[in-house]
Amino acid sequence: MINVLLIVLLISLLYLSIANRLLTYIKILAFQGVILFGVALIELSEINTVNLVLILLETIIVKAILVPVFIKYIIKRNNITREMEPFIPNFVSLIIVTIIIVITILLSNSITDTHLEKISFIVALSTLFTGLFIIGTRKKVITHVMGYLVIENGVFILSLAVGNEMPLLVNLGIMLDIFASVLILGIFVNKIGDVLKDVDVDQLRNLKD
Amino acid sequence: MIGIYLIISFIISGVLFFNRSTKLNNILLIVFLLLQCVFTFYEYTHLNVFELQFFKPDALGILLLMTLTIVGAAAIFHSHLYIKDHQENPRSKGIYFSAMVMLITAMGAAYLSNHIAVTWIFVEITTLSASALIYHHRNERSLEGTWKYVFICAISVTLIFIGILFLSMAMRQAGSTDLTFDNLLVKASVLNVFWLRLAFLFIFTGFTAKLGLVPMYTAGIDAKDKAPAPAGALFATVLMNMGFVGIFRIYVVISHTTIFAWTNSVIMIAAFLTVFVATVYMVKVKNIKRMLAYSGIEHMGLVMLGLAAGGIGYYAAILHIILHAFAKSSLFFQFSQVYKIYQSKSIYDVGDYFKYNLTGAMVILIGFICATAMPPSGLFVSEFMIFSALFKAHQIVVLVLVMLLLTMIIWAFGKNIFKLLFTPVEDFDDRHVPKINPLHSLSQFGLIGLSIYLGLNPPVQFVNLIQEAIKNLPH
Repeated sequence: MINVLLIVLLISLLYLSIANRLLTYIKILAFQGVILFGVALIELSEINTVNLVLILLETIIVKAILVPVFIKYIIKRNNITREMEPFIPNFVSLIIVTIIIVITILLSNSITDTHLEKISFIVALSTLFTGLFIIGTRKKVITHVMGYLVIENGVFILSLAVGNEMPLLVNLGIMLDIFASVLILGIFVNKIGDVLKDVDVDQLRNLKD
Repeated sequence: MIGIYLIISFIISGVLFFNRSTKLNNILLIVFLLLQCVFTFYEYTHLNVFELQFFKPDALGILLLMTLTIVGAAAIFHSHLYIKDHQENPRSKGIYFSAMVMLITAMGAAYLSNHIAVTWIFVEITTLSASALIYHHRNERSLEGTWKYVFICAISVTLIFIGILFLSMAMRQAGSTDLTFDNLLVKASVLNVFWLRLAFLFIFTGFTAKLGLVPMYTAGIDAKDKAPAPAGALFATVLMNMGFVGIFRIYVVISHTTIFAWTNSVIMIAAFLTVFVATVYMVKVKNIKRMLAYSGIEHMGLVMLGLAAGGIGYYAAILHIILHAFAKSSLFFQFSQVYKIYQSKSIYDVGDYFKYNLTGAMVILIGFICATAMPPSGLFVSEFMIFSALFKAHQIVVLVLVMLLLTMIIWAFGKNIFKLLFTPVEDFDDRHVPKINPLHSLSQFGLIGLSIYLGLNPPVQFVNLIQEAIKNLPH
């Protein structure tokens, strides 16, 4: 069951690479939040109940509902156009994300650690690098934020791998999640929209040498 | 004590945030500085005693905490002048000082933390408070700087977290779940080398955003440029030291494993590239504040070269970051006086500084000599040791290249500084140049003097602390 969920997450990354509209991105993020809820529910069986409830609430409420709603609100408020505006064609994006996945599979096959749960490791790393890739190749600043949220999802899966032994680390991951989302989105909703209309990275080129 | 310190500091920071009265603001800042001094003294007298389970004031932590207290006190004093000059409204003043107190507290706690996850938490807090300081002027440029800083720091903090996760996987093989640095050191020989390697790569990359090395140095430059100069002084010195602490502690653990040589070459490559990048930008840059920031990047590159070279390089690296903190912060503090006179950061708009502000020009001149590590600068001593460590480690090629790059840096740095000091500037209307009180430069002279004194004639306790800090590294 857990593998099915993780593989669905992997497929959502491929979809992410060819999605054309901001709204699709938001939907995928919400969807990933739901999947992470399922993964956490199954994986963290040995953790104490209060902690588990906290983690589950974080995934379902923050990741799957609050953040997507919030991003939607930002897009509406700042009148951001709905296209993605990638620097490279979608087809190339798809190929690159596929290559990322293949490389992580090869990498994890070369590891000889018996503790390692391969599928979750592969999915975590692929999610991570796909997030970085999205940040690097999309024009709008709001997509950078979404790329960052994708990275966070990857980190969350990674932290689940050691979650049963060290629940502290999962909690820290959640703290990072909330902290970064609030800080980044907070700046975004308050400031960038007011000063720079329809932000893309071309407008962030004043500071240079 | 650290518990009390953290609680009182956060309360002070919170009150400053909401407070609108100037008098209360000053009182709170003085209380905070007193607390900081008492705290530093207390921790110095309680060396290596665990507190609150996660904090241990070891020698390195104490040394940097002392540096932080001295630089922090000067920074608060200069911030006070800065805010007074700009006639800020009480609200932005409150936010500014609140963020600064929070930043200093978080850095102090990060120095002393013995648990990598606790260090990580305080690193996050520094990002938060630093972004409030960078956004102080609330215009488009500072927003851009803040955004870049927050975003890159968020990514680097995530990378550190991933590194911690890999570290915990490396620990799993050793059958332990305790991630304190002491425990890691004990278990170093049984850690899983593969995971440790990955952990080091991620943690190192993550901390480079704070330390200012290739690849994540960029955000720091914009931050130092856009933040008010007294805050920039903190970013360019003690905040960088925090990045050093993070890397250094994990480096000590790795020095007891089989991947030590590999780690050294990774650090060596990153450090060399850093010096190279710093040279390229130093030659090109026209903004004085950014030039100072790039000079800091160069020094951090040298520090990491010393660390990677080993031997006397360890001692030199720690000496160097402390002396650099004093020298560079005084230059940043002086910059706000320069800006007050010329109302510009560009090298084209400034000149003949000796005529307008004699004491300030002295600070710039001596500070320049210190920052480029020419005798009698204390940094000369540490840089000399770093070079001899490289020589002994048979890294002749690196040594020669770095020396060439440093020569270019001194040329570029000197060209701009002498333009600022001596060359008269065309069509500059000097009728309305404000008079600057020479007493305001006193603390800058003090800092520079400290960096010279500690380099040339280090007190015995100081040397002992540095020796203690590096005792776990192989000799």
